Amino acid sequence: MSDAVGWLTIFALSVFVGVEVISKVSSTLHTPLMSGANAIHGIILLGAILVTGTSDSDAVLAIGLVAIVLATLNLVGGFVVTDRMLQMFTGRRRPGPRG
Amino acid sequence: MTPTWAQVAYLAAAVCFILALKGLSSPRRARNGNLVGAAGALLACVVVFFALDLHHVPLILGAIVVGSVLGVVGARRVQMTQMPQLVALFNGVGGGAAALVALLELQHLVADGASDIATFDLVATAFTLLVGAVSFSGSLVTFAKLQELMTGRPVTFPGLAIAFGGSLLAGVALAVVLVLHPAVWIGVLLAVVGLVLGALLVLPVGGADVPIVISLLNAFTGLSVAAEGYVLGNIVLLVGGTLVGASGTFLTKMMASAMGRSLPHILFGALKGGSTLGGGEVSDRPVRSATPEDVAILLAYAHRVIVVPGYGLAVAQAQHSLRELVDVLGEKGIEVDYAIHPVAGRMPGHMNVMLAEAQVPYEQLKDMDEING
Repeated sequence: MSDAVGWLTIFALSVFVGVEVISKVSSTLHTPLMSGANAIHGIILLGAILVTGTSDSDAVLAIGLVAIVLATLNLVGGFVVTDRMLQMFTGRRRPGPRG
Repeated sequence: MTPTWAQVAYLAAAVCFILALKGLSSPRRARNGNLVGAAGALLACVVVFFALDLHHVPLILGAIVVGSVLGVVGARRVQMTQMPQLVALFNGVGGGAAALVALLELQHLVADGASDIATFDLVATAFTLLVGAVSFSGSLVTFAKLQELMTGRPVTFPGLAIAFGGSLLAGVALAVVLVLHPAVWIGVLLAVVGLVLGALLVLPVGGADVPIVISLLNAFTGLSVAAEGYVLGNIVLLVGGTLVGASGTFLTKMMASAMGRSLPHILFGALKGGSTLGGGEVSDRPVRSATPEDVAILLAYAHRVIVVPGYGLAVAQAQHSLRELVDVLGEKGIEVDYAIHPVAGRMPGHMNVMLAEAQVPYEQLKDMDEING
């Protein structure tokens, strides 16, 4: 099996996993799910770190740092805001104010 | 080369992303699922510093700190009603980052010898550049629409369809040129065409359809990250990006069908001259309006009340007042449920988030099938 075919196999299987794991999601969770999935593709940060860390010119370094800031914004902001939403769904065991 | 232990760590991170999406599909496990995803991302980003001998580490860490601070502040400050535009913004910057990474990696490959680059790598690079740029500009335009920096109505002008078709053709042609004759400036040109294409794609979409487009662009960003993962030979990027691409496409379809609309209609409806703002069917059923006093009397003598909150509640920020009203009814022994339409609020599932913010118990939130059954 050639390298490219190996990667394509992983791609094809991931497509089915991606559809399968969310196929039973209730419409209640559409907004957090979208936001959570949005955070996951922030992992492009890893790619940004890789190209910046192996850069050999100042121009590449500068653009790479911009990419890192953007990717981190996506990754960190995405996970934090999703957690904030979900906290409201599950985290209300604490006693609320009583009047 | 990436050592084997690091590859295994990357695989573990990819598995975390699968578990995260799985967790996010159930209300009880959703928060843990999200945390598992964050842990996977953290693992992958820590491992890369130990696995490879990277340069400029202090600068990289500095950029990560800047991004994290901006992200956390934005995520904490945002009001729940503004959630759609924040998701659009985060999605856009992710797409922009993917396009930039593809450009830098292209420069790297060309510097190593343009004739040695595998065709497949070039195809994937062209894909990431184009789709990442589309996602970036498209998301920023949706952000501007939702933040009311520009009109939220469909924007069309004569020749829009031709301009869109023309840039699409130009994008495909440039992608082919890039694969045949790899050069950085062609890559830059391709990304610019992508930016134009993204704006033209989103401008004619308006009103309640905008969040569906965010979901679609979310899937686009996922796919561009996956393609870049292939170029970089990185399994986390490939699996994570593909998961988002596939689940995002599926989610977009589910949202569109919950609104009773098809995706081509949402994207291209305005181009054909029809408005994208609903079907415009006028119901002949009578509308009964009532004064607050009438409602109070009606509610006080009821046994069971079903609240069907709509877009107006979201705009008026009235979810807390509603919750107080329901508490008063509850004390009188009246049974109250909320019937939530799948697309109530500013984006699908948004109403549930806003009621949860007002501390409405999850058990009282019923979806359409549950309340009708």
